[in-house]
Amino acid sequence: MFPARFDLVVAQSVGEAVEAKADAGEGGRFLAGGQSLIPMMKMRVAFPDTLIDINRIAGLGAIERANGHLQVGALARHAEVVASDATFGAIAAAAPWVADPLVRNRGTMCGSVAHCDPEGDWNSVLLATGADVVAQGPNGERSIPIAGFIDGAFTSTLGEDELVVGLRIPVPSGRSGGAYLKLERKVGDYATVAVASHLELDDSGAISAAGLALTSVNPINTKVADAEALLVGQQPSEELFAEAAELAAAAAEPRDDVRGSAAWKRQVVRTYTKRGLAAAAQQAEGS
Amino acid sequence: MEITVTINGSDHASDVEPRTLLVDHIRRTVGLTGTHVGCDTTSCGACTVLMDGKPVKACTVLAAQADGSEVTTVEGLKTADGLHPVQQAFTDDHGLQCGFCTPGMMLVGASLIAENADPSDDEVRWAISGNLCRCTGYINIVKAIRTAAARVAESSNGS
Repeated sequence: MFPARFDLVVAQSVGEAVEAKADAGEGGRFLAGGQSLIPMMKMRVAFPDTLIDINRIAGLGAIERANGHLQVGALARHAEVVASDATFGAIAAAAPWVADPLVRNRGTMCGSVAHCDPEGDWNSVLLATGADVVAQGPNGERSIPIAGFIDGAFTSTLGEDELVVGLRIPVPSGRSGGAYLKLERKVGDYATVAVASHLELDDSGAISAAGLALTSVNPINTKVADAEALLVGQQPSEELFAEAAELAAAAAEPRDDVRGSAAWKRQVVRTYTKRGLAAAAQQAEGS
Repeated sequence: MEITVTINGSDHASDVEPRTLLVDHIRRTVGLTGTHVGCDTTSCGACTVLMDGKPVKACTVLAAQADGSEVTTVEGLKTADGLHPVQQAFTDDHGLQCGFCTPGMMLVGASLIAENADPSDDEVRWAISGNLCRCTGYINIVKAIRTAAARVAESSNGS
């Protein structure tokens, strides 16, 4: 299989890439790792007439902490996120579960986020931790909170003329922990069910901030806001996490498919929410 | 477009269509058919090559993206002294049955050993988790990669 014909623009700078995208209009797509886009082009479900390759742009590969944030550049590969010491909690937990080792050598975290695959892992993780997507357009840079960035399946609120140049993820200042529990049939498959959890504790050991999001059980990655609200202000406990798990199970709208029955997936949401929150709390208490 | 890819140490300059996939470039333009096309959908790893030392699925990389890169295919594993230790170990430990996944498995094994001199069974299994063996010969594949690692470690200790 091979893609339909397209023109390739190899951009040497962000400015050049953004300009090429503006020229290409709706038929233009950016190419980073290409691990989702190239297969879609080969299957002819995507057929851009211009591809703008951003891989040669210098300075987009950083994974670093600055000003209380974890900053991930547009060309940081999943494998580099796995290997990085700058990550924390749910980010570090999720990275090894994205795709497979070979795909992780090419695919980028920002590319996954921008792709907005409704069954992708990273957007759930970022809904739990909080994050800003940094976009560059012809008129400069803007930050888009992740919840406002995800607009639907394969759809974001990114402008036609904007490039995702990085992610800005707040690093908790106090004690914190996170988890990403993913059930998959085989390495590299989409999640059957996955749950991202993130907890921050105050000096008394009570939960000061909570994040909980689900993968593959709704039409898009889903933040369980009522469970997050329930958790904040409480002391971590098995009973509390069981209550949050009921809210998560209620927020899930899984479907019967080749990966399992809806009822079973809902039960996995319940179990993984309890386990994920317990793991996050344990990590936070030890941090 | 004009590209130059260094494949197994030799520069190959070609004029390719932007849509040419790296695996097709290697097989058809350069004529090295040890790199296989299996699923052609980024799942099986039969098309694995090392790109700047890292294993990637060549069915999911444009040839144009490899412009200026160093690519190693299975044909490039052998050394002046003969088979690469991973190749020898696959032979000795019966690390292949039909042989279709073998180039990819050996390249992943070689890149793992380059980073981790003494990988455990789990580490080997993790490393090859993006490569499928439809003969399900994983036991001997893992064994062969560990044998190769042990032999490399032994020969470097002895020298």
